[in-house]
Amino acid sequence: MTEHIRDAIVEVERIAKHFGSGETRVDALREVSLKVHAGEVVAMLGPSGSGKTTLLNVVGCIVEPSSGRMRLDGETVYDGRWLRSDLRRLRLDKIGFIFQFHNLLPFLDATDNVALVLELAGVGRTAARRRALELLDYLEVANRRGAMPAKLSGGEAQRVAIARALANSPRIILADEPTAALDSARAAIVMDLLRKLATERDACIVAVTHDEKIFDRFDHLFHLRDGALDPGAPS
Amino acid sequence: MNLAWRDVRHNLLRFVLTCFGLSLLMGVVLSMMGIYNGLVADALTIVRAPAVDLWVVEDGTRGPFAESSRIPGDTRAAVSRLHGVGSAGSVTYQTVEAATGLGKLRLYVVGYELGRPGAPEDLVAGRPIARAHFEMVADVRTGLEPGDRIRLGRDDFTVVGLVANHVNSGGDPAVYITLGDAQTLQFELAPPAMRVQRQRGAAASDTDTINAVVARVKPDIDPSSVAEAVRRWKHFAAMTQIEQETILTRSVVDRARRQIGLFMGILLAVSAVVIALIIYTMTMEKLKQIATLKLIGAPDRTIVGLIVQQALALGGIGWAIGLVLLMAVKDHFPRRVVLEPENALALAGIILVVCLLSSALGVRAALEVDPATALGG
Repeated sequence: MTEHIRDAIVEVERIAKHFGSGETRVDALREVSLKVHAGEVVAMLGPSGSGKTTLLNVVGCIVEPSSGRMRLDGETVYDGRWLRSDLRRLRLDKIGFIFQFHNLLPFLDATDNVALVLELAGVGRTAARRRALELLDYLEVANRRGAMPAKLSGGEAQRVAIARALANSPRIILADEPTAALDSARAAIVMDLLRKLATERDACIVAVTHDEKIFDRFDHLFHLRDGALDPGAPS
Repeated sequence: MNLAWRDVRHNLLRFVLTCFGLSLLMGVVLSMMGIYNGLVADALTIVRAPAVDLWVVEDGTRGPFAESSRIPGDTRAAVSRLHGVGSAGSVTYQTVEAATGLGKLRLYVVGYELGRPGAPEDLVAGRPIARAHFEMVADVRTGLEPGDRIRLGRDDFTVVGLVANHVNSGGDPAVYITLGDAQTLQFELAPPAMRVQRQRGAAASDTDTINAVVARVKPDIDPSSVAEAVRRWKHFAAMTQIEQETILTRSVVDRARRQIGLFMGILLAVSAVVIALIIYTMTMEKLKQIATLKLIGAPDRTIVGLIVQQALALGGIGWAIGLVLLMAVKDHFPRRVVLEPENALALAGIILVVCLLSSALGVRAALEVDPATALGG
């Protein structure tokens, strides 16, 4: 079992999260346990209020759980309390985020949106831009390197956002509705890209989605209902 | 990379327009400072013009500027004989309206004795008065030029020299004429009126009246000791130059000075509120971007830097443009605007503090934003 935990990139054990107390207490997560391994692309599904976004926020170290244990990329980051004081640095080092709407900074061009993450991590300006261009090339949007986000199409902007998520070579990529703003063709391209990333970079992708047309592209589907994993749901 | 500059560059027109609006506000604050200084400087110019140490005026008054003062013309001789007095001169002050080609002109007429204290010493054009009658030195704000002629009372005067920034506390430009001409202008009745007086049997009025005697004391003599001697032995009021200046600033222009000072304070408060609102609004518009920055791992100093740098740039550029605007137009104000470097620096310091305090509101909002708000729509 211990060996297995080491192999998993995301290891969530009996994580619970409640908001409020007494009569107003809401149990957003009820002792959820799951593991995601390198190369896997998984999705969290469920109706509104089922706890999938809360779980994504917990894995993204944005929301502190109420109890449980969590390991990310081999490091125990939560065990009844955060074990790291600087969670932003933890996110910068270990996690890449892909948003429903690309969330690129409107005042930076495509290259600088990617390079910013590298510079925040301490990479020099020239090296950061070089690496950003490599990533844009990898995601086949290098021809739009100098374009401002407002000038990019939805698909191009999402690719730049994925490049930004990959900038620090994180092994965990969290995606919040990554295809919701895209048409079927572009959604398929993005899913192919995520699959390619997981395979080539030995990373795992954890996505929250409602997009049924891409369900078959995930390795596992975690169904959440009332804050708990639904054991009866198909995976 | 500098996020503040990138954001400014992205919305350059908007930022420039905001800076320009702020600069107009800064320009108004600076102009109020300049008007405030100008009011004080104007009030002191005339009293400093003769470069004297002592003012002797009518007993029981604080003349000749704060109150009316009339003393006999021979007072100057009595003051000259006092121990410690180096030189003394008689002066008169009066306001007249004169007709010029450009219309009515309010003038502050100063009469002084040739070769004695009381004459303006800082001519910017022409020469001092050399003849006993009908020559004049005028302030440039009169619009007169050397060689121009202007009628005062029943006589025509020729402008022979110009001084700059010689105005009274009301802002009226000064002209200097000889004491004799000034006494004629101030005290001598017109011939028809004089005939009426004679027919009534009234004694001819004595025109050898002056408003004050100004004196310079000898080196190593304390002007206050001479003033005390005047008060004790000559039964006149006397005050040192410093006392005279204090009367002017604390009495004559005090209310106007305080009014402008209060208005300046209100303007500064308004500026602070405007800057705070601009910065707060700029920050609120960026909350989603700030949440994204937090989510991807940007430290607080990056986010604080984004807001504070923009706030300082806004204040700094607004101040600089405001200063340039004021310097460009200050000479067109009806009254003198005196902006000292320390005033501009003081405002820069105030703006710096205001910008930092104002950005604190935005910084607080930015630091409180939940990175989770970057997720979802």
